[in-house]
Amino acid sequence: MSNDIVNIEVDGKPVEARPGQMIIEVTDQIGAYVPRFCYHEKLSVAANCRMCLVDIEGAPKPIPACAQPVNEGMKIFTKSPRAIAAQKATMEFLLINHPLDCPICDQGGECELQDLAMGYGRDVSRYNDGKRVVKDKDIGPLVSTDMTRCIHCTRCVRFGEEIQGKPQLGTTLRGENVVISTYVEQNIDHELSANIIDLCPVGALNNKPYRYSARAWEMMRRETVAPHDCVGSNMYAHVLRGTVKRIVPRSNEAINESWLADRDRFSYEAIYSADRLARPRIKESGEWRDIDWEEALEAAAAGLKDADTLGLLASPSATVEEGHLLARLAQHLGTSNLDHRIERRDFSDEDNDPAFPWLGCSIADIEKQDVIVVIGSHIRQEAPILAHRLRKAALAGASVNFVSSEEHEYFFDVDNYVSGAGLVQLLSGDAIKPVVEKLEKATNALVLMGNIAGRHRAFSAVRALAAGIATRTGAKLGTLSPGANSAGLSLAGVLPQKGDGLHAGAMLDSALNATLLLNVEPDADFHAADDAVEKLAQQEFVVALTPFVSDALLEAADLLLPIGTFAETSGTYVNVEGRWQSFSGVANPVGEARPAWKVLRVLGNLVDADGFDYVTSEDVLAECRESIGDVGEPVGGPVGGPSGPNPFAAEAAPTAEAAPTAESADQPADDIDVPLYSVDGLVRRATALQRTTEARRAAGEDRD
Amino acid sequence: MNQVISYIKTFALWELLKGLSVTQRNWFRKSVTLEYPEEKTPQSPRFRGLHALRRYPNGEERCIACKLCEAVCPALAITIESGVSDDGTRRTSRYDIDLFKCIYCGFCEEACPVDAIVETRIHEYHMEAPGENIMTKDKLLAVGEKYDAMISADKAADAKYR
Repeated sequence: MSNDIVNIEVDGKPVEARPGQMIIEVTDQIGAYVPRFCYHEKLSVAANCRMCLVDIEGAPKPIPACAQPVNEGMKIFTKSPRAIAAQKATMEFLLINHPLDCPICDQGGECELQDLAMGYGRDVSRYNDGKRVVKDKDIGPLVSTDMTRCIHCTRCVRFGEEIQGKPQLGTTLRGENVVISTYVEQNIDHELSANIIDLCPVGALNNKPYRYSARAWEMMRRETVAPHDCVGSNMYAHVLRGTVKRIVPRSNEAINESWLADRDRFSYEAIYSADRLARPRIKESGEWRDIDWEEALEAAAAGLKDADTLGLLASPSATVEEGHLLARLAQHLGTSNLDHRIERRDFSDEDNDPAFPWLGCSIADIEKQDVIVVIGSHIRQEAPILAHRLRKAALAGASVNFVSSEEHEYFFDVDNYVSGAGLVQLLSGDAIKPVVEKLEKATNALVLMGNIAGRHRAFSAVRALAAGIATRTGAKLGTLSPGANSAGLSLAGVLPQKGDGLHAGAMLDSALNATLLLNVEPDADFHAADDAVEKLAQQEFVVALTPFVSDALLEAADLLLPIGTFAETSGTYVNVEGRWQSFSGVANPVGEARPAWKVLRVLGNLVDADGFDYVTSEDVLAECRESIGDVGEPVGGPVGGPSGPNPFAAEAAPTAEAAPTAESADQPADDIDVPLYSVDGLVRRATALQRTTEARRAAGEDRD
Repeated sequence: MNQVISYIKTFALWELLKGLSVTQRNWFRKSVTLEYPEEKTPQSPRFRGLHALRRYPNGEERCIACKLCEAVCPALAITIESGVSDDGTRRTSRYDIDLFKCIYCGFCEEACPVDAIVETRIHEYHMEAPGENIMTKDKLLAVGEKYDAMISADKAADAKYR
């Protein structure tokens, strides 16, 4: 008998399985479906729904397929009369207490219990007593509860324990009286908590903002990519008559597995917020007036052409296409002032910037590291999916260390938490030594800089020190980046042109005549310079391409052009591992908003630039990729994993020793930690997210 | 010989008398036509005419916005938008039936789990302006209220066959 193969028989067909595999994994592999409720491939085995009972030759009674490892010579029958009878009996028990309210249940039409009841349920119940009723719990603004529908599969409980690491739901009492609840009434507030909506096989836990607004069968499912962090989680938008009704995860083992951060799931609400700019607006002698697109575009083109000194600023969540067009527009208008790094405060060694901010390894490889050091990052807020990967690494035995002036809460064993002073001080002091020793011993090690480091006043020193540590210990050096597309915009050349170009901070400080803002909210998104709103307001002409209108924009800008959000435009994001992910628009534009790449295309034509005759965003992308050439290629195409040289390698060594420590720049109190639900305009306007405990805590409001 | 008989028949107005005999026979028969609109044919309680949305006796809307009628409608005549009502229940915020699209198949009535949408026996209605073919929720509820007695009686008469 071989050690790595077990020969079994499923429904009469010989199958080779690995030792230790559960029967249900084998039957799933060969496509012999066994009904189940509690089993989930990402969670531990509970075997408490008893729906997956199968018949095994020689066994005295049917056995749950999810909890029975395969044995040599095992003969399994998934459809034998005894297996079917057992499954039907289980279904009858489950339906004793399950209410018959499918017509008003949001799960109706996509409900695992409903589907299986079609196959295994009886037409008429033999049970005439009263049904169990359970009081609904209020567990926050994201997840609605109808606990009477619960069949106690405990997927949500296991998710809290195993994936979040923060058990928030649990079972109390036993037998028929068992209830799922938060023991003390409280909101569930983990950044991945809403995944229990997808896990729940019935309608007990559902999507609260989406509640009752549509049916599963009437919506179109369209693929898109999450626009809030550098991970680029894959997701589906469910669209009804051109309106996004909800967002659900799209499985991609290389990126987000089957999870989705709450931020990505619920930010769609902002697409229909009252703040949406419906029509172009112009400021004339201090008064705002709605105008039509033609007039607006001509005014914008005239303003850009007339400007003596012009700057262009893009949000780090702008698409590659928008970035490419912006760069071409800047080139035609003869300006070198172009940037997307609006969150960065220290540009002193920007010449040493890598080709694009890179994670140092692929997202999936984070799990395989032995030692990970995260420098200056509140990673649960900056990239929740990466924080989950870190947790998996820690659970697999890796040593995960944090270097950060303030300690944040993590739900795994943090090996070393180096904290309590400014980042430069921490990285150059003695406290870091145990971490460095660990790095030296490890074969697979990763040093990861986060966005707090990226926004640090002495970022160059932080980076030099981090690079020094990585080089000395042979670890990989990676970085997180703000927005969804810092990597793509760096590749597309939305950077100050070498020589005389001004970076984002200098652009505002050097009093330009005119500025073009692409999806930038100067009050909230801009950290590169202080008093951005006042400085912009002093300029002669500021045109803002923006989906939202805000007081700050009304003060700073002279012309507002409404553009579509991620849901209303086609485009491409390059995530932090260098993966190119294109998506198309999923929803109808709100008001007269137009995709930003089309607005830039028309602006290009109006300022008489050559070659602005693109028909689709794919044309722009193709031209952009051609112009990037080899720089972007080695680290990943649209499919396939990233591999290739570390873009940091070139600059890592020389700056390592010369770490300038400016005391004034290294104050912990000066660190900018952008709260989970404040990262961009969309998230700030998503009403459900803003009602979460996390958002209210960040806003300084008391918990209720 | 035939020619002679035919000649006589022509002058005796035979064909006319034959025709009149048919008239005379039917004169005493029971009439099969009706003086519409003064008189009307009898209708089945299952007659499928103008739609109505019903309420419970306490005034609560029956419709729970499950959208099964919209899904089953073969002519795509029904458009529903739903949401959470003020009392937290699932309700429609819009319920439109396009009478030009409707083929009066009665599937919506069959699909309804709460007997909210029904087809009444009303079949005499007209539209005067564009847009009147859309039966909105308010109009449907108004029909339901006005003809509640008729709808209830029809439902009761048909109940034993369901």
